[in-house]
Amino acid sequence: MSINALQDELIEDFSFFEDWMAKYEYIIQLGKELPLIDEIYKEPQYLIKGCQSQVWLHADYVDNKVVFTADSDAIITKGLVSLMVRVLSNHTPEEIANTDLYFIDQIGLKEHLSPTRANGLLSMVKQMKMYAIALQSKNK
Amino acid sequence: MTHYDIYSIRNDFPILKSVVNGKPLVYLDNGASTQKPQLVIDAINHYYNSQNSNVHRGVHYLSQIATDAYEVTRRKLKSFINSKEEYEIILTKGTTDSINLVASSFGNAFINEGDEVLISAMEHHSNIVPWQMLCESKKATLKVIPINDAGELDMDAYSKLLNERVKIVSITYVSNTLGTINPVKDIIRLAHAQNIPVLLDAAQAIQHIPIDVQALDVDFLAFSGHKMYGPTGVGILYGKEKWLNAMPPYQGGGDMIKDVSFEKTTYNDLPFKFEAGTPNIEAGVALSFAIDYINSIGLDKIAQYEHELLDYATDELLDINGLRIIGTAKEKSSVVSFVVGEIHPYDVGVILDKLGIAVRTGHHCTQPLMALYGIPGTVRASIGLYNTKEEIDTLVKGVKKAVSMLS
Repeated sequence: MSINALQDELIEDFSFFEDWMAKYEYIIQLGKELPLIDEIYKEPQYLIKGCQSQVWLHADYVDNKVVFTADSDAIITKGLVSLMVRVLSNHTPEEIANTDLYFIDQIGLKEHLSPTRANGLLSMVKQMKMYAIALQSKNK
Repeated sequence: MTHYDIYSIRNDFPILKSVVNGKPLVYLDNGASTQKPQLVIDAINHYYNSQNSNVHRGVHYLSQIATDAYEVTRRKLKSFINSKEEYEIILTKGTTDSINLVASSFGNAFINEGDEVLISAMEHHSNIVPWQMLCESKKATLKVIPINDAGELDMDAYSKLLNERVKIVSITYVSNTLGTINPVKDIIRLAHAQNIPVLLDAAQAIQHIPIDVQALDVDFLAFSGHKMYGPTGVGILYGKEKWLNAMPPYQGGGDMIKDVSFEKTTYNDLPFKFEAGTPNIEAGVALSFAIDYINSIGLDKIAQYEHELLDYATDELLDINGLRIIGTAKEKSSVVSFVVGEIHPYDVGVILDKLGIAVRTGHHCTQPLMALYGIPGTVRASIGLYNTKEEIDTLVKGVKKAVSMLS
């Protein structure tokens, strides 16, 4: 599925939630699931420090596709991280670098991407794109 | 509770009527900044409508009334903290600016290689980093007074740290994260016994505890306008005349000079020596109304009201399974920091926000403190003069809801 198709699918899923509580319960549920990253990558060089919660991000390059694994120490951030990975992972560097991540706003979670440095999410998204751009130029 | 007309008081603060995420705002982030009473907001409007002009400079009518309105604040501050002279009150940009001023200027004059600066383990970054920068540039040493688990200063260790190499002690009066009220009289007495001056960071004390700088005999006192129901962008540094006169200027420019030539420039007298450039005039003017407002209720009454609320909040929160209060000093003021089990404070803050409750989560600009307690941060509710018992109930219900969602 293309990145935008995945985004649209998520927007559709989230439209069924009637209130913020249901939405966050779902995100929290995602956040409680199995760790999204190998323990060995929970190291400083993979750490993206937000002011409050931390995010770990690891990128692998397999068959011209970037595979992301990521995690966070805050459940809600982790739930959002899992959504990011679902949308962006397993695509070519070009696709990732050129993505417009509109789904977060559309599912009403824009505040979590705000640059108030609270969580590591915005920095993580930037880092994901940077990996993609780096891999893209490496392979030119 | 005493005769404290809380509903009339709340009516004075227009923003408290706000609705957040469909719920009435419960503002418990007063440690970060306070809301403003209508008369402070009106004062800013009035300033620009009728008084605005640059201060200390002009001959014309508007410049005169602007200057008068600005200097009224200095006069009121003198009374508010009982300083001996008006010119011992320096108007700065805020507490951080005030501390940087002392670190730079006092540091310049009095601190040399091998000297020591004493701070505590519970300090806010604004009372750590300026001293770190100073010590690095002067090859001096920063020493840290330890605290116990309850978040109280280890006074024995403090005594032992005082020696002839220590040139200044800089301590918070009230901890913004733990709520601990430090025994400032003793701290000052012990330091003065060895001729060491003391700076108190009063950012979280000025609005909760009556402060008399002469009774305390404190050498420097720093606090912010925006944490005492005044506007942002104005802060205060009180300094004993003898120190301020012995310190070189901090920033150079207009207003802090007497005569300027390319050969030599002479500096202005206090307080202007430390007030270079055009200040935040509207904020300076409006701050006097914040002082009036506090005085109209009475800081003693405010302190007592907040104390009862804090006790109530602490008791109610402790009822929550797995909740641990961070900062359990015997003497506390208006701040309750907590964690619940292993739940990340950020997650709790997000859920509380959805319920219209504003608290602060994270390290509260006290990263060393968080490292000491081994936690990523806390949820912090900080009480102000307009909070109510009902709001505390809402907070407690909200925390319970968050915990049930996040467990």
